[in-house]
Amino acid sequence: MRKETGFRLLRTALLTAAAALTVFGLMNGEFQKVLQKAAAICLECIGIG
Amino acid sequence: MKKLSISMKRRLVQFLSALAINLNLPGFINGNIYTGQLKGICVPVLNCYSCPGALGACPIGALQSSFAARGGKVAYYVLGSMLLFALTLGRFFCGWLCPFGALQGLLHKIPVKKAKIPNSVDRPMRYLKYVMLFVMVIALPLLVRNGVDMSQPFFCKWICPAGTLEGGVPLAIANGAVRSALGGQFILKLSIALLIVTACVLIYRAFCKYLCPLGAFYALFAKLSLYRFKVDAHACIGCGKCAAVCKMGVDPVKTPNSAECIRCGDCIGACPVNAIGRETPFCSRKNTKKENVE
Repeated sequence: MRKETGFRLLRTALLTAAAALTVFGLMNGEFQKVLQKAAAICLECIGIG
Repeated sequence: MKKLSISMKRRLVQFLSALAINLNLPGFINGNIYTGQLKGICVPVLNCYSCPGALGACPIGALQSSFAARGGKVAYYVLGSMLLFALTLGRFFCGWLCPFGALQGLLHKIPVKKAKIPNSVDRPMRYLKYVMLFVMVIALPLLVRNGVDMSQPFFCKWICPAGTLEGGVPLAIANGAVRSALGGQFILKLSIALLIVTACVLIYRAFCKYLCPLGAFYALFAKLSLYRFKVDAHACIGCGKCAAVCKMGVDPVKTPNSAECIRCGDCIGACPVNAIGRETPFCSRKNTKKENVE
């Protein structure tokens, strides 16, 4: 029971951290950076670069 | 109407997921990739963003490109998204939604004699995917830098078969400029991809088990994910059918939320007494209807 409670607390903390990281990253303009990279052919990924 | 088995349901979901994630179908004919706003969204599966059909960004690729960029920045948005995926559905994404996982499932159906890997080899090899994650995806792009403080996406460049098969090959077929630029690097990557494909024919989901860094990331949080399996210890009769049917080598009775479990549900279908059920914080669902495994 204590173990389950511990898991739940840890999961809640991590979910909060994950949401905070995502929001922080979006506010930092990282969506545009990901978009910029993903919208161009990745030469390394396809075996050219 | 014939009831669909859990395997058939999963194959249908996998097909629809692969289609939804790679809906830019004209790209396969034009030899171009999708460049719209959706490309900034990280998908929860391994799907190369250089695949002509890809609508979203591969989180592993996006993470590496951020580490490899000048200054070696951490992509908080990508990391946060990956953590959200891991803590919500976790390896359910692997089992039900990943197009490359689906491809591996199909490859394993090719009727050749399958390889039997002894536990003494299989168990240590499962840790290789963590090496891929921590070394190829994280450490090398951050630490191995050139004169202008930039690096390369090591996993994408040297290993990832999804990039070769989903991106490189279709683009090489449809795009003359890409085709003319192919050289030794492509031959090396193609050889690695073909080796992995062969392994997947012989060993169920060999890439998922031994090499996938995204699977490794989700595996780290398997015990914490919101979507879990639960075994009713009172109902379980210890017949071992769940462990026998599991192609990932998990014994659901001993470790129902193992890091290796891709939540395919075959164990739920195999249990004769419906002792295994799905669980979320909102509801706990036992398998009241018999979902047969093929």
